[in-house]
Amino acid sequence: MRYVDEYRDGDASRHCAEAIRQLVTQPWRIMEICGGQTHAIVRYGIDQLLPAEVELLHGPGCPVCVTPSGSIDKAIEIAARPEVIFTSFGDMLRVPGSSTNLMNARAQGGDVRIVYSPLDALQIARENPERTVVFFAVGFETTAPATAMAVYQARQLGIGNFLLLVSHVLVPPAMGAILSSPDTQVQGFLAAGHVCTVMGYDEYPPIAAKYQIPIVVTGFEPLDILQGLLMCLRQLEEGRAEVENQYARSVRAEGNQSARKMLREVFEVVPRHWRGIGEIPQSGLGLAPAFADFDAEGRFGLADHSSGDSAECISGLILQGRAKPAACPAFGKRCTPEHPLGAPMVSSEGACAAYYRHRAHASPEPAAREPETPA
Amino acid sequence: MSNKDSFTLNCPTPLAADAAISLAHGSGGALTHQLLEQLILPAFHNPMLDARHDGAVLEFDGIRLAFSTDSYVVQPLFFPGGNIGDLAINGTVSDLAMCGATPRYLSAGLILEEGFPMEQLERIISSMQVAAKQADVELVTGDTKVVEKGCGDGVFINTSGIGIIEGNTSISPARIEKGDLIILSGDLGRHGIAVMAAREGLDFGVTIASDTAPLSLPVLSLLAAGIDLHCLRDLTRGGLATALVEVAGTAQADFTIEERAIPVSEPVRGACEVLGLDPLYVANEGRFIAWVKAAEAEQVLEILHGHPLGAGACIIGQVTEGRGTVTMETHIGGKRAIDMLSGEQLPRIC
Repeated sequence: MRYVDEYRDGDASRHCAEAIRQLVTQPWRIMEICGGQTHAIVRYGIDQLLPAEVELLHGPGCPVCVTPSGSIDKAIEIAARPEVIFTSFGDMLRVPGSSTNLMNARAQGGDVRIVYSPLDALQIARENPERTVVFFAVGFETTAPATAMAVYQARQLGIGNFLLLVSHVLVPPAMGAILSSPDTQVQGFLAAGHVCTVMGYDEYPPIAAKYQIPIVVTGFEPLDILQGLLMCLRQLEEGRAEVENQYARSVRAEGNQSARKMLREVFEVVPRHWRGIGEIPQSGLGLAPAFADFDAEGRFGLADHSSGDSAECISGLILQGRAKPAACPAFGKRCTPEHPLGAPMVSSEGACAAYYRHRAHASPEPAAREPETPA
Repeated sequence: MSNKDSFTLNCPTPLAADAAISLAHGSGGALTHQLLEQLILPAFHNPMLDARHDGAVLEFDGIRLAFSTDSYVVQPLFFPGGNIGDLAINGTVSDLAMCGATPRYLSAGLILEEGFPMEQLERIISSMQVAAKQADVELVTGDTKVVEKGCGDGVFINTSGIGIIEGNTSISPARIEKGDLIILSGDLGRHGIAVMAAREGLDFGVTIASDTAPLSLPVLSLLAAGIDLHCLRDLTRGGLATALVEVAGTAQADFTIEERAIPVSEPVRGACEVLGLDPLYVANEGRFIAWVKAAEAEQVLEILHGHPLGAGACIIGQVTEGRGTVTMETHIGGKRAIDMLSGEQLPRIC
């Protein structure tokens, strides 16, 4: 497959890993932001090619993982309404809310349908004018433009039976939140290439300067990640803290201007709860006042879904890169993909699911590579 | 959701244990196995069932029969490369072949939904007729039921079959030995992607057809050549990964496979990339894996390459001593543990 196979080449990957081994003189901890990168690292065994000095921390960039259970509970309440067709990306269906998930809501009679795009949900609304179609709008800057386009078209076409339950989140504020934590372990970032394809990377130089941390915009194939690591480690070894772009074949500094314009028109920046992290100011997107008529929360008058979560799993530490999945006492035992305790075990982009699926989950990781589990 | 302070930790409470059947119980993955192990096998425990092969092997006065059954609930009923009719014949024929049997007689049970178009039923029956002829089996008994509209999904079909195991052929996970090579009969994922594309109306710019086929044809060629097949397994719902993990567990041996050796056609790879699916877990209906002594592997490949259903056959790995784990060496030289499909393989969000 052209433009994919080249970036999975074994020889090139080994050369890149060798260059990293030659370069590194001391221990470094680098966080890959995006769950897609985490998945590739574990799926291809990229970390196994690295010298022991380089430790990868897995970041909060799995859209499924960071969607708070309160949002899932709202989705379940809406999906139970007889007039509603509730539409969602597939992997949100198994994420536990405070007591159940959307899959069970479907088993109990809710009309819950998997869609591949919010525009498919809009089409369902056009085909079912007597029903109310709600789309569960989750994800980062990558999925938000398609949500914006769907609601923009709905307004243009005068489709009144299409609503959004919005839980979109933004990456740079989460990076800032992780770095401002007093016990952060992150010394360098691989920024999420697809987010930057949409948004560009003009938000990153202030973060790099403020926290004196190198940020490398990085792609998702094994060679992308190894090259991103090499660039980041070179900065660390040379004492630089700059923003560099490894994923230049997709990312321009200014991003996708049309998508950004659409986002600005449809959404406004709002505070947002992140599962496992808490509320981060200015870290989410909500519908702008001009599109308030499409807001499902406003339409349905939902119950208060801010009840507490249990502290059974350590997803908060996982999502901040402060612990690896194997450090969780429940990992692979009480928490499996069939019975997830936390969202990182649900999505294939979740760090726990990636480790469970691609690593022998019965055996712990080598002690030398394992950060201490904070109390 | 209580996020009282920034960076406090929280996590959803666990869901109750399975109180009801979910679709994942039928995916052929981990929950299917849990259902078998916790409910079905304890209830009916006997040596034939406990062998956990694709079919049961029964002995009557020196004659050995393979007996197998399967139900077909595919949606849509018609897809590129086949329909529920030929699938139902080929599936049971292939299950019998995996026991080393020559498939002989089949039964078919049809559950039809009120209002189902007769023209479509005629097409399905016609496909069953063609498939039975191709596999050289006779459909000798059957049953038809009609359920009220809304109580079925058009057509469900169950087929059962018996076949005769010639000579002293013995094929089972228990015969797998350290040093055996693992041979895959062709490329992965055609059936799963064909059905998914038809179901969801996805257009990949090229039609991907199901690989549904009667696997008795290549398997009988191997047996006729005197190959000592240690074990066979057809790849169905849970894909290659689930089949390997199942057999490794039963055989109590470790398997090591190489990612670069596993053939996946360009269109299937492309579709999997777009949908975020792993071809190792995508369904097949015309592929099998064989475990044979290393010394016989080349002859097996030669025979399979001379057969249309084995033209893409290749060695994908080998058996080592162990307790039932499957490890894959990745394209870049890393190691990845292979596990069963967990739940349904859901489309990823980005």
